[in-house]
Amino acid sequence: MTRTILIDPVTRIEGHAKISIHLDAGGAVTGAHFHVGEFRGFEAFCVGRPFSEMAAITARICGICPVSHLLAAAKTGDQLLVVTIPPAAERLRRLMNLAQIIQSHALSFFHLSSPDFLLGWDSDPAQHNVFGLIAANPELARGGIRLRQFGQAVIERLGGRKIHPAWAVPGGVRSPLQPDDRDWIRSRLSEAVATTRGALDLFKRLLDGPLAAEASVFGDFPSLFMGLVGPDGLWEHYGGRLRLIDSTGALVTAELPADGLSAEQLGGLLAEAVDPSTYLKFPYYKPLGPEAGSYRVGPLARLNVCERIGHEQADRELLELRQRGGRVVTSSFLYHQARLIEILAALEAIEALLDDPALCDPHVRAHAGVNAREAVGVSEAPRGTLFHHYRVDSDGLIEAVNLIIATGQNNRAMNRTITQIARHFIQAGPAEGRGAAADLPEISEGLLNRVEAGIRCFDPCLSCSTHAAGQMPLHVQLIGPEGELLRERWRD
Amino acid sequence: MSVRTLRIDGRDVASADGATVLEAARVAGVAIPTLCHLEGLSPVAACRLCLVEIEGSPKLQPACITPVSEGLVVHTATPRLREIRRTVIELLFTEGNHVCSVCVANGHCELQDRAVEVGMDHARLPYRFPDRPVDLSHPRFGLDHNRCILCSRCVRVCDEVEGAHVWDVAWRGEHCRIIAGLDQPWGSVDACTDCGKCVMVCPTGALFHKGDSEGEKHEDPSRLAALQRARHARQEAP
Repeated sequence: MTRTILIDPVTRIEGHAKISIHLDAGGAVTGAHFHVGEFRGFEAFCVGRPFSEMAAITARICGICPVSHLLAAAKTGDQLLVVTIPPAAERLRRLMNLAQIIQSHALSFFHLSSPDFLLGWDSDPAQHNVFGLIAANPELARGGIRLRQFGQAVIERLGGRKIHPAWAVPGGVRSPLQPDDRDWIRSRLSEAVATTRGALDLFKRLLDGPLAAEASVFGDFPSLFMGLVGPDGLWEHYGGRLRLIDSTGALVTAELPADGLSAEQLGGLLAEAVDPSTYLKFPYYKPLGPEAGSYRVGPLARLNVCERIGHEQADRELLELRQRGGRVVTSSFLYHQARLIEILAALEAIEALLDDPALCDPHVRAHAGVNAREAVGVSEAPRGTLFHHYRVDSDGLIEAVNLIIATGQNNRAMNRTITQIARHFIQAGPAEGRGAAADLPEISEGLLNRVEAGIRCFDPCLSCSTHAAGQMPLHVQLIGPEGELLRERWRD
Repeated sequence: MSVRTLRIDGRDVASADGATVLEAARVAGVAIPTLCHLEGLSPVAACRLCLVEIEGSPKLQPACITPVSEGLVVHTATPRLREIRRTVIELLFTEGNHVCSVCVANGHCELQDRAVEVGMDHARLPYRFPDRPVDLSHPRFGLDHNRCILCSRCVRVCDEVEGAHVWDVAWRGEHCRIIAGLDQPWGSVDACTDCGKCVMVCPTGALFHKGDSEGEKHEDPSRLAALQRARHARQEAP
């Protein structure tokens, strides 16, 4: 007799999803699945639109990281125009992407995940949110909120608004950076670095203490990792080359250029599997197939594929991460640490950019007509490598769109992570006589929270329309093979 | 020039004979919303946004083509008119595909401005989501039928000011749309002088500069009147 535990919806992630945990007759976990029930349809309704509108349209996919789609769409547009964008435009796009990484990672760590670490897995769910964090550790909460605000303010000063700035366009960006805004950004850097350093020290102390077990239970398994690398294998978030490695650190395939990646190269590299239980696809490295070819992207993957970061403080932290997790870190729980290291790297990278005299050059946009009919744009979103692939007619109207999103690329890894957590925390009972509902184990709050937290390691973005921290109901059901409700639990 | 006296919203107004109620109202500082009307072009009364009530007349009259007459008593902002204007705007929004958030004219759109003015916070009618094409065949400009409200400003400016008469209104009912060169791709119409006046006077994002992204269309249709005045002044100069 098999049973299913359903967690619906999963809380404190970007969007709506549910988790089902399947038990066999003995109560042992046979598998856990992450289901995304949203359908958006962007790839279909963009057909027929001018490609110059794609940045603004695709940015609307999400309010958390619109900049990622903005940049990927603009980069795809650059390829369709076949232009090299002005040097200041590339620097400014990089600056906005770094600000985006900061604000998105800050949201993930401070607002969404740190209540788990600081308040305890089994704490009162009513307090298990950013408000509970404010009550328990106001200094950390304030620092995290201001860090996110800093990232958003940089985006606003560049693009005119915090969310959905239609600022990056094919050929460059729409407006240059003003010296006053550059100076404001510089004035806030030291505070942001201090906040990030404090959070890193805190998280590392927790890893050495109360969270020591989580690193080995929360999705620690070998897989491929993909991300961009710059010259000499440096940490990269905007251009450079696409690198795919295995858990030993060996290259799986020859590196490909991020800018100028052809549709044939992308088609030979990745394929997307589908599963009827979820709208989220399962991209994989095509030559190895859906299972062996599954890979992880995002902050941990970027730190795994790079040789070093290229900024002093972040490189020291990367060394510590590798001392803890190996040259290629396979524990998904350490995505959290990787996220904080990337905030530090982004802050140092911003500081270096601000010193560049070319940053405020007013020439920021190249103009051209449609000179290529098909193009792929690649950039690193906070959650991982993002691909936009367009085909246009001779006038520039979109004929086909394919978007490969970071969260989809982590889909199989998320399923493996929650399966590993469920297996660890739902212990199999006696093999005999487990048919009656009365014999079933209670579904504890701590268990639910740990399984959800497994998903949160990846900071998945499910293109949310709304997100109310800590206020979504959680519904878990234990269902028998005949569909009968064996046990049920609600959390408001 | 003889003068006519009339009352608009309780205000005594003196106006030149031959002026329209809209012109008289604007001189008197009474705002009547318009969309298809543009100073410098002949009026067509297509949008019905400027409808006013005239005492003694059972029908509502479009202010843009109704001439002033002695003793006329006009009401421009009754509850009935406000309801009609909001409905007109809602009909325009639901009939096409007006997605402000990704439109080239976002923030600089007369349809958007009128929607705010008439208090359209939502549409009470179902959206039709028609399937309409975009014409990017012209080397410099684009035409998005999804955003066209058939005001015919482009038709009039091309015919009356530029003298090229590229544009016409074709078909009927829900199939009604703007056509170039008797329904050819815009880029293949030899009559087009590429002057861009149609883009300048378009009240929405239907006509735009190719390559524009969201909110990048910053046109000022009132430039047309200034252009007209300058031309007349030059022609009349000795």
